[in-house]
Amino acid sequence: MLEAVGITKSFGDFRANDDVSFSIFAGEIHALLGENGAGKSTFVKLIYGLLYPDSGRIYWQGKPLLLAGPQQARHLGIGMVFQHFSLFDSLSVAENIQLALPAGESMAALSDRIRDLSDAYGLAIDPDARVHDLSVGQQQRVEVMRCLLQNPSLLIMDEPTSVLTPQETAQLFDVLRRFAANGMAVLFISHKLDEIRALTSRATVLRRGRNVGTVDTEGKSNRQLAELMIGSAVTSVTRRPKSAASQKPAAPRVVCHVAGLVRPKPTPFSIALDAISFTANAGEILAIAGVAGNGQDELMAALTGEWVSPDSGVIMLDGRDISQHGPATRRQAGAGFVPEERNGHAAVPQMTLSDNALLTNHSLGQTVRKGVVDSAATKAIAARIIANFDVRVPSDDPMASSLSGGNLQKFVVGREIIKTPKLLIVSQPTWGVDVGAAVFIRKAMLDLAAKGSAVIMISQDLEEVFAIAHKIAVLHNGALSAVMPAADVTAEQIGLLMGGSTSPARASA
Amino acid sequence: MISMTPRKDIPMQLTLLTPVVSVVLTLLVGAVIFALLGYNPWESLYQFFVAPLSRLDQVADLFVKACPLIITATGLVFCYRANIWNIGAEGQIVMGAVCAGGVALFLPGLPSVIMMPAMVLAAMLGGIALAFIPGILKVRFNTNEILVSLMLTYVAALFIDWLVRGPWRDPQSFGFPLTKSYGDAALVHRIDVPGIGPLGQLHWGVVAALLLAVAAHYVLAKTLFGFQVKVMGDAPRAGKFSGFSPALTTLAVLSVSGAAAGVAGMIEVSANMGQLQPEVSFGYGFTAIIVAFLARLNPLGVIAAGLVIALAELGGDSAQMALGMPKVVTGVFKGILLFMLLAGETFNRFHVRVNWPRYGASARPSNGR
Amino acid sequence: MVMEALLLTVIMTSVPLILAATGEVVAERSGVLNLGVEGMMLMGAVAAFATTSLTGNPYFGVVAAATAGTLTAAVFALFALGLATNQVATGLALTIFGAGLSGLVGDPFVGGTVDGLHIVALPGLADIPVLGTLLFRHDLLAYLSIIMLFVVAWFLNKTRAGLILRAIGNNHDSAHALGYAVLRVRCAAVLFGGLMAGLGGAYLPLVLTPHWSEGMTAGRGWIALALVVFASWMPSRILVGALLFGGITIMQLAGQARGWELPSQFLSMLPYLATIAVLVLISRHRNFALTRAPANLGRIFVGVK
Repeated sequence: MLEAVGITKSFGDFRANDDVSFSIFAGEIHALLGENGAGKSTFVKLIYGLLYPDSGRIYWQGKPLLLAGPQQARHLGIGMVFQHFSLFDSLSVAENIQLALPAGESMAALSDRIRDLSDAYGLAIDPDARVHDLSVGQQQRVEVMRCLLQNPSLLIMDEPTSVLTPQETAQLFDVLRRFAANGMAVLFISHKLDEIRALTSRATVLRRGRNVGTVDTEGKSNRQLAELMIGSAVTSVTRRPKSAASQKPAAPRVVCHVAGLVRPKPTPFSIALDAISFTANAGEILAIAGVAGNGQDELMAALTGEWVSPDSGVIMLDGRDISQHGPATRRQAGAGFVPEERNGHAAVPQMTLSDNALLTNHSLGQTVRKGVVDSAATKAIAARIIANFDVRVPSDDPMASSLSGGNLQKFVVGREIIKTPKLLIVSQPTWGVDVGAAVFIRKAMLDLAAKGSAVIMISQDLEEVFAIAHKIAVLHNGALSAVMPAADVTAEQIGLLMGGSTSPARASA
Repeated sequence: MISMTPRKDIPMQLTLLTPVVSVVLTLLVGAVIFALLGYNPWESLYQFFVAPLSRLDQVADLFVKACPLIITATGLVFCYRANIWNIGAEGQIVMGAVCAGGVALFLPGLPSVIMMPAMVLAAMLGGIALAFIPGILKVRFNTNEILVSLMLTYVAALFIDWLVRGPWRDPQSFGFPLTKSYGDAALVHRIDVPGIGPLGQLHWGVVAALLLAVAAHYVLAKTLFGFQVKVMGDAPRAGKFSGFSPALTTLAVLSVSGAAAGVAGMIEVSANMGQLQPEVSFGYGFTAIIVAFLARLNPLGVIAAGLVIALAELGGDSAQMALGMPKVVTGVFKGILLFMLLAGETFNRFHVRVNWPRYGASARPSNGR
Repeated sequence: MVMEALLLTVIMTSVPLILAATGEVVAERSGVLNLGVEGMMLMGAVAAFATTSLTGNPYFGVVAAATAGTLTAAVFALFALGLATNQVATGLALTIFGAGLSGLVGDPFVGGTVDGLHIVALPGLADIPVLGTLLFRHDLLAYLSIIMLFVVAWFLNKTRAGLILRAIGNNHDSAHALGYAVLRVRCAAVLFGGLMAGLGGAYLPLVLTPHWSEGMTAGRGWIALALVVFASWMPSRILVGALLFGGITIMQLAGQARGWELPSQFLSMLPYLATIAVLVLISRHRNFALTRAPANLGRIFVGVK
């Protein structure tokens, strides 16, 4: 169906794809596997006509492919569903779909076609709805529908399940299998090994822009696939088994207690927080799992103090009521925060690392005296973080933007851990980060907990949650489940909670 | 057609080179425009940029002309670094002059040692008051500060017009729209350079302007407030995360900017006019915006940039006298200069390549052919 | 009747606002904030006056104004779209440049006067009492302003090209991912905005006050920008807003005629204060703004190929 030979593409002096060759057949579900930054997105954009290769050839159904752009790709039968949706939220579903189709069809005719297809595949889409009123799962279905209406022969899906619950994922896989049975080829990009093994028949692995091999996925273990992805024996992080001497006391020390945290929706597009209550204990990592878009951002802002509750007594840190204080005061009380987005939120890309160190230290005394910044002090702090947290830097005090994602994340996490805060709250600690850095960060969090701090980790990555959490709670639609010891729950139970079913007892049946 | 890829880091030479190149290109484009309109391009450029500097007292006058620009632009730098687009400096200059004038005219008996500080304070408050309006509206209602601050410049201009023609008019001014003259204590005096005497129109306000720019540089570079301003401008989410309040930052930078503009207005009147008249600012508030950009939003750079722009202003005067060009031609230069500066910023941040469209069967050399 | 004359003045004063705002709304719906409207209008005004002076034909003046406006907008497009410069600063530069260049070009023409556009009475309709004089005895540009308003409204809401433009204003990354030429569409939108602003500027010397003076638009470009916000980016509301603003400008004249106590300067302040009030009212309804304002307004787009 599609064959690529010797594709190379560079951005400046960064080689995103290096002499990649690849093929996929009709009726096949093929995985494109690789870590973040391996070149998967670049490669499919080349197939879709969004980018042009510097060298190499692509053959579509036997003929050379010369794309002027995605419109032509769609015309030829190549469809793509992006990881970050390319929808227009102020327009209706029908208008969104019409934009992806060639001109000429009336809105009324199109709406009918949408309704028919929606019924045929059980997608439940209303053509007249405004996209910003839809849930994330529904929006993805609009994206799929958009592709379907062009009768694609090849459907490319870029990390589609990162925003779905396990149940929605299963539904999607059914739909994809039906497509394949009808002769469509499906190219499925992911770095989730379980899904790849469940859904696909073959997988091509990209590492650092190179194709390191195409394998059959039957009969391979996760470990084998991961080794191909990373290229070395995978070291996994394990919780240090608790020796008798360091057993937690029968009544664990409460570091942070949240009771009845309520937050109304800040915008029509966000999630309201519904009476969230939990306790984080010293020496433990509490993971708050959940699919993206269920209130994680709103919860994080409420915890950091970027949003301050009108009520008092809602958030207690070591007995002190910090509910109505801002981030600077919360840090003085002994909290450290690492938000999800390192570019522009946790760190300022255009500023140096020493300035970025000042960002979360200026209320803590050593760096600012009578309003004047002590730049020697900030440089010293930054240097300590760089040394202790294996941050690879191109110069002594570089701009944050010149660091790779993994290194910047190590800096941002290290910036808080180095203060040994009583409470560390992190959101998506290893998102978009290479495996080596991810392992380092997780170990650093475990070490911090072992020293007696409490760690709250908001994470969408179930692998990560089960790797290092002691306790788990699930956030769904702004409501938090009960906190459960990690040893007592299975991934399936968590998955069901992520999807919204409320009774753990029912989940384990 | 034009493709851009972000640069990883910005080489120092480029940062210093771009303003220079911008100025040179501006001169060239200006020369072309002059030629097209029938003026001799080289003669025009000479009158504009060289003739005004031939004598020492003319150089002094350059500083005098630059004085309001430097003060106002220094304040604007704070606003723009925080991403608050205060376009109303012109009106804030006027309000500063008005409030200072109020003190001078209605409290003429104040002892001289109090008069100046009182006028400065009044000027600051006047500028802050006007700048606060877009600030409050932005903070409470998220109203766009550009349009609000701009509309207020027209309001301020009409206000001073009314005052000077109406309640504050000097009954002995024979119908001219002028207030009474300020007492001596309310004037900003010429500097007596030891050995030379007064140098052109050079006055103490110039010294104040230079000191202000240096102080502003220190604040921006070394203090927590300066850090706050920069963070809120570069990455507001990070600023909130750090514990800074967007609302307070907005109001603070607008206050700084309004106060600076107000003081500039006060100095202009007290140094050059000695009384209020309907027009006390001649587009200085808008020109200061260009100065701020030319200075790349750096207070020390504002000094150099202010002098360059002042040269263009003086040049406009001399070109008008020597060649009969309308005063408004300086606007042409200022506009082109700003364009070039903005383009220069782009060249700083990106590698820019122009791909000329290729004619032929396939414009795209894809698939290795 | 005084009332009729007053209403007629209101309508005529609103024509340049309608023209300029209609052009700017197209640009803004595509995601571009062009603050240079004042500069573009001035270039249109000077081109119209100069051409009409030299050729004696006001219709040539109209064409010249449209061309001048478009070319001025092209400068903006070169920098803000081609070189991805800051749109706010670039727009300001355009205003300063346009004001300066128009003054320069218009200098030889100061003090002159021209025969402006003729009134074209629509047969039949013009004879209706009252309404006929108010609505159907106007010049080409006035009729054009209303026609273009409807054309633009139809274009944005009913055509595919308009849909694409709206999509680009909402989410330029998605539009790019779908393969639409974001910069090209925006460029076209900006040029159209310049054309309309040029026509709006032309109305001043050709109909309202047949002479040329520096800066004769007196801030109308800025009011047009406010109008676009006031109309929440919907062409259908521009008409209402323009009449409102025209009405307020007239109030000061009417007030003076009736010997109102308030000094003329305060009456002159009214249009500007009214604009501020409108801006506040619009921005108060944040939900409204979120779903109406083109989400990408003013944001820079860099397309990587």
